Amino acid sequence: MFQVRIHGRGGQGVVTAAEMLSVAAFNEGRHAQAFPSFGSERMGAPVVSFCRIDDHEIRLREPVMEPDALIIQDPTLLHQVDVFGGLAPDGFMLINTTKSFDELGLGEFVTGFRHERLLTVPAGELAREHTGRPVANAALLGGFAALSGLISLDAVAGAIRERFSGAVGEGNVAAARAAHAWVAVEMAELSGAASG
Amino acid sequence: MLRQVEGSRAVADAVALCRPEVICAYPISPQTHIVENLSQLVKTGQLAPCEFVNVESEFAAMSVAIGACATGARAYTATASQGLLYMVEALYNAAGLGLPIVMTVANRAIGAPINIWNDHSDSMSQRDCGWIQLYAETNQEALDLHIQAFRLAEALSTPVMVCMDGFILTHAVERVDVPDQAQVDAFLPPFAPRQSLDPDDPVSIGAMVGPEAFMEVKYLAHAKQMQALELIPQIAAEFQQAFGRDSGGLIRSYRAADAETIVVALGSVLGTIKDTVDELRERGVKIGAVGITSFRPFPLEPLRAALEHARRVVVLEKALAVGIGGIVTANVRMALAGISLRDYTVIAGLGGRPITKASLHGLFAEAIADRLAPLTFLDMDWGVVNRELERMGASPASGPHAENILRDVGPVAAGPV
Repeated sequence: MFQVRIHGRGGQGVVTAAEMLSVAAFNEGRHAQAFPSFGSERMGAPVVSFCRIDDHEIRLREPVMEPDALIIQDPTLLHQVDVFGGLAPDGFMLINTTKSFDELGLGEFVTGFRHERLLTVPAGELAREHTGRPVANAALLGGFAALSGLISLDAVAGAIRERFSGAVGEGNVAAARAAHAWVAVEMAELSGAASG
Repeated sequence: MLRQVEGSRAVADAVALCRPEVICAYPISPQTHIVENLSQLVKTGQLAPCEFVNVESEFAAMSVAIGACATGARAYTATASQGLLYMVEALYNAAGLGLPIVMTVANRAIGAPINIWNDHSDSMSQRDCGWIQLYAETNQEALDLHIQAFRLAEALSTPVMVCMDGFILTHAVERVDVPDQAQVDAFLPPFAPRQSLDPDDPVSIGAMVGPEAFMEVKYLAHAKQMQALELIPQIAAEFQQAFGRDSGGLIRSYRAADAETIVVALGSVLGTIKDTVDELRERGVKIGAVGITSFRPFPLEPLRAALEHARRVVVLEKALAVGIGGIVTANVRMALAGISLRDYTVIAGLGGRPITKASLHGLFAEAIADRLAPLTFLDMDWGVVNRELERMGASPASGPHAENILRDVGPVAAGPV
């Protein structure tokens, strides 16, 4: 079973992100369970959502406390909320930011993990470019598809289109594709640096 | 058709497939998405003929359902928590009048302290109001139980409550198989009311009954629930024939046939319990689980047969009977009358506290070693409780409990989950 935890703030589409991720996995024939942290549903308040993906029925109903992957939509949470709790040393993490880990004050923290699995992507900027709004959730899923290899970009695009029709859907698909490409380049650079 | 949808959406679709003619509802978390979805289906004409009545309170919601059902219309509503409490008087009337209304309860805690999260305090408080109570383990079962509930309610002319865990199920997006209209139509015939208000053939419903006949009329609600003990498994079997899915029924055993330790529970927590049972079975521990799907009527005989061979029974409850402890346990004990085994009551998950596999492992280990107290509160922070007890002892004016304890606990939402 693969478990994903998504951190953001109310209004950023954190719950929708988990739902779309589950739909993408479902469309690829897998079992998936997405659910919110059931916290205070207020604009701006810290929000957590979860997604489990497996090849058979998922019965577990506890929150994801030991995620295989973290998606952080809002980097202002990094030093306010224990977003990293339970992340395994070989876990994946994708942060929506234009900054580097060093600039985020995470330079030392990330050394405890496999560096090619922790990446940043300017998903908000890419979303603004393609949709006119800096809502990063769909773009992050595109980036996450590249980072984790768990789901295909096409499945993500399908899930986005199921949720958002017309121009909004297409804009978000374009943002997801851009983030996917961004992350793929970053990964190639990291593996090149590692082998060189 | 397989779909990846929110539990509330799955239930709304199931209810719509049952062709209700009147839906009345007052929104309350975590029930809201169910009735929002239904209102949309009515508004867009996908569910027709059906009247969606926005009411001013839960008392009105149940009253409208009673009125609609009494005229022979298939009626549905949904609520949770304080909303269920607000309709209590009407709940008893629906049951006493024998009106086959179906209602979803999106299980949520009852205040004070106010809390929107899941436990079973709301429906458990109404266990004796005369409604049949069915508890869903998954969203698929929630969907299936609603279709079965209309059949059951109308066959017996008695109301049925389908209970599903608020947020944990209502807000979870997972795979469900949604049947098509023809399948549901073949399974659920049109409503043929036992009694009906009709201007062309006037009758009165709701006569005052004195001591000469009150017990007899009242007993009929019980007689119907005893009939339901036969009918619920029959309907589940027919459902399986028609839809190919094993859902509903009175109880459900999981790896319990040879188990020395059996965990009894209701609702979605059974999933986490089953995963824990599997891990313990791998280590050779003889443990199993029994889920109670029908809490009213309470399946005394099947439960006795499922549990009597065990050495110990752990009843995990999401409600607290203040002043005594377990509600489900008291019923389970009745099923086990005369049988000597150890039983433990565990109060867990109140107000939405997660019930984790890690906690269950610790709990079951204590139970298997027979070190568990007769009444246990899973993951209780006794430090917090004891500090407030000390404050109460130190001053006769120590102030409100909730506020004192929240100050003690510190800021919430700082943790990861």
